[in-house]
Amino acid sequence: MAFIECKNLSHVYNKGLENEYKALDGINLKIHKGEFVTILGTNGSGKSTLAKHFNALLQPTAGQCLVEGMDTGDEKNLWDIRGKVGMVFQNPDNQIIAAIVEDDVGFGPENIGMEPHEIRRWVTAALKAVNMEEFRHFAPHLLSGGQKQRIAIAGALAMNTECLVLDEPTAMLDPVGRQEVISTVQRLNQRQGITVINITHFMEEAALSDRVLVMKQGKLVQEGKPEEIFQNIEAMKKLGLDVPVATELAYRLQKKGLPITKAITNQEALIEALCQLK
Amino acid sequence: MSIEIKNLKHIYMPRTPYERLALDDVNLTIPQGKITAIAGHTGSGKSTLIQHLNGLLEPAEGQVLVDGVSVIGKKPENKKARRSVGMVFQYPEHQLFEETVAKDIAFGPRNYGCSEEDIQQRVKAAMDFVKLDYDTYKDRSPFQLSGGQMRRVAIAGVVALETPYLVLDEPTAGLDPVGREELMNGIVKLHKKKNNTVIMVSHSMDDIARFADHVIIMAHGRVLLEGTPAQVFSREDFIHQAGLEVPRVTAIVKALKAEGVAVATDVYNMEDAVKAIWQALAKKKAGGAGKC
Repeated sequence: MAFIECKNLSHVYNKGLENEYKALDGINLKIHKGEFVTILGTNGSGKSTLAKHFNALLQPTAGQCLVEGMDTGDEKNLWDIRGKVGMVFQNPDNQIIAAIVEDDVGFGPENIGMEPHEIRRWVTAALKAVNMEEFRHFAPHLLSGGQKQRIAIAGALAMNTECLVLDEPTAMLDPVGRQEVISTVQRLNQRQGITVINITHFMEEAALSDRVLVMKQGKLVQEGKPEEIFQNIEAMKKLGLDVPVATELAYRLQKKGLPITKAITNQEALIEALCQLK
Repeated sequence: MSIEIKNLKHIYMPRTPYERLALDDVNLTIPQGKITAIAGHTGSGKSTLIQHLNGLLEPAEGQVLVDGVSVIGKKPENKKARRSVGMVFQYPEHQLFEETVAKDIAFGPRNYGCSEEDIQQRVKAAMDFVKLDYDTYKDRSPFQLSGGQMRRVAIAGVVALETPYLVLDEPTAGLDPVGREELMNGIVKLHKKKNNTVIMVSHSMDDIARFADHVIIMAHGRVLLEGTPAQVFSREDFIHQAGLEVPRVTAIVKALKAEGVAVATDVYNMEDAVKAIWQALAKKKAGGAGKC
């Protein structure tokens, strides 16, 4: 069984009103346990709407979204689903609520009535997992953007989440913060088997994932490994998207006549390919 | 004429346990008629600095002069100096409030006392600049647009002020690749047409390398480095010290060089990188030396 499955999922905002708008249109997809999946698409393509279905913040207006077989449309499943799938949003300042880091991370567990010593154990483990232990007693507003996002991730981990859905978690961060967040997410995926669904506009981040889903106007239009998706540069640009810089550079050199045969999605692969061209 | 920043110092929450020195003796001249980019990691003082440019923050010490006039003060000339600097904040779409797109964009010029005819012309021009069709969007609610469109409406609201100085705090954050490209091209186009002075905070070294004439790198509330993109990005040591990166194509040619390929490393954009690598590998074919 897939961890998350969407069957013919559609979502219409303001149904029946003048400004009715179909944000998702017949989405079929499966996300497996332990996968690292990236969702790409232009602004307004339905990425965030889709993501909000994964932990039942939104319910389909047609079709189904299942999390480990549980229907997100069925109210009695809500808490179980949200216990399994945690979300991190773009703006760290909108999702931190406590005055001290450990209180913020412990907010979720406390809310579900966990025993205090248990909370402490989960908070410690979560902070450790995102490399933020030493900031336990800090005030969140004094942290950098990358640190705040890691606190938000820790908040989800403290709820024993099995899946992280990240909606442009690095859009507001500087290069260092971006790197911190992405390596944290990668490590959680590889070492702890956390399923990761990352929405991003950074193609370099997409290149790190196992699978890329591409959305356009509420529909899923492409799906594949990063090297397959980024192979067709023209198609990506037509979709209003881009490819990693290394991919574009390889493509342009290829067009000029350099025999680069391998699919390139990152700097290391490009350097290796270029070094072989003696 | 230009913006001059002299011995600028800013302290947040002075005389409290949270007191923090955000700007420490900053001295800068923002060149007139150019695009200046400001980069630095979170907390380096970039946003604090730009908020001084139109007097939103008052310095603890030092001053900001716009065309020779201080932006702080109650005299008409001080007010004029402040008003000559248009400011687009981070995520400006959060500040939309009017019922229609046209009314939202008209709010600034109307407040500045422009005539109705003038206002309409400015709104049209500003919408044209951000590529929103006037007839299609003028009566739409700004809240029912996509994120990228809302961003453009918000920027149009500042552009409509037609200020000689335009300050933008990370204008492309959160936009998709096409949205970024369109917005940056729009800013450059406006800049060329009006010959205005653009000051832009950006986390994208690729964009800075492509679009900026002048780059300021901030670290710990001070100016760490200043110059043309080529001058600044050639100092990788300083760039890393500031918690930043060189443009991605620059990183690639440097890595290639480290592998023993004799490639020029003073490249900062895609076109030059293609040229440099092509030349190096063509040379390599003829010469054949290299360790990999």
